[in-house]
Amino acid sequence: MGVLGPKMAFRVLVGCKRVIDYAVKVRVKPDKTGVVTDGVKHSLNPFDEIAIEEAVRLKEKKIATEIVAVSCGPPKCQEVLRTALAMGADRGIHIEVPDEEYASLQPIHVSKILAKLAAQEEASMIIVGKQAIDDDCNQTAQMTAAFLDWPQATFASKIEKTNGDLLVTREVDGGLETIKVKLPAVLSTDLRLNEPRYATLPNIMKAKKKKIDKKKPADLGVDITQHVEVLKVEEPPVRQAGVIIENAEQLVSKLREAGHIQ
Amino acid sequence: MASVRSRVIWLYKNLHYLGKEYPKGQEYFHDRLKAAFLKNKDVKDPEQIEMLLARGEYVMKELEALYKLRKYRAMKQRYYADA
Repeated sequence: MGVLGPKMAFRVLVGCKRVIDYAVKVRVKPDKTGVVTDGVKHSLNPFDEIAIEEAVRLKEKKIATEIVAVSCGPPKCQEVLRTALAMGADRGIHIEVPDEEYASLQPIHVSKILAKLAAQEEASMIIVGKQAIDDDCNQTAQMTAAFLDWPQATFASKIEKTNGDLLVTREVDGGLETIKVKLPAVLSTDLRLNEPRYATLPNIMKAKKKKIDKKKPADLGVDITQHVEVLKVEEPPVRQAGVIIENAEQLVSKLREAGHIQ
Repeated sequence: MASVRSRVIWLYKNLHYLGKEYPKGQEYFHDRLKAAFLKNKDVKDPEQIEMLLARGEYVMKELEALYKLRKYRAMKQRYYADA
């Protein structure tokens, strides 16, 4: 049980975002206001899956005592909470945000919500995926740490608990960095941290018995006014078709035509 | 221990669930899944049933591993330059 003593609760809060499934070919809406989400398969953000897995492993090592999965968004977010519960989270909190408001929900709002919940739930640790595969913001962990004034360990590829502290190996440009952070802390997971377990059917069924609390951002005193306006969303440029060149002379003439050589 | 019948049904349900994510589409998988079970519907020998159940469970493990690897590879390719 470490220095926290046998009776201390070690609650881990895990952020779970519902995103378009990684295997789906994303399409931009014709009016360029966003991407098509209706009738598209959604799932738990893969980096958040890694976060849940890490929390579950901390619990299996008897470091964590309770895992709370949190998701912000429309009612369908409960599906990803079920996945998290099936993977081993103990209970879920669904922060209800209606579709209209969810479109403009940004990491700053989610960070404020997570910070409030961490205080309310007396969490010892928050783990989130380093980014979501839909907006790729990579901001939630950092801003949550700022709101709570907690230390942060982002892009974690290894987490070890030493006496009261965490030893976290981080993936940084060109190598690894090992840092020591005091608890409570905010962590974000990198791809290589672990291999998330599969949410099997029997576990999904068992997860239906676990509790999901519903709250509204206003219940936590968080204002989710829109700060950022999306002007337009566009597909990346289509790759131009290549040409096959017979010999070196043709190559030179083609390059000259294209203005790459004089 | 659960009856053999319920174990077979359990296996079918689990494989059906796993088939929803099959890369070639769920219809592809579910058609083959049903055909495979129907093919062995008249098997009565308990030993052979055990063998078939074990094979089904092996396929489940393989599918889980396949999905995990597929997702990991997709993420690695998209987010890491050294992939």
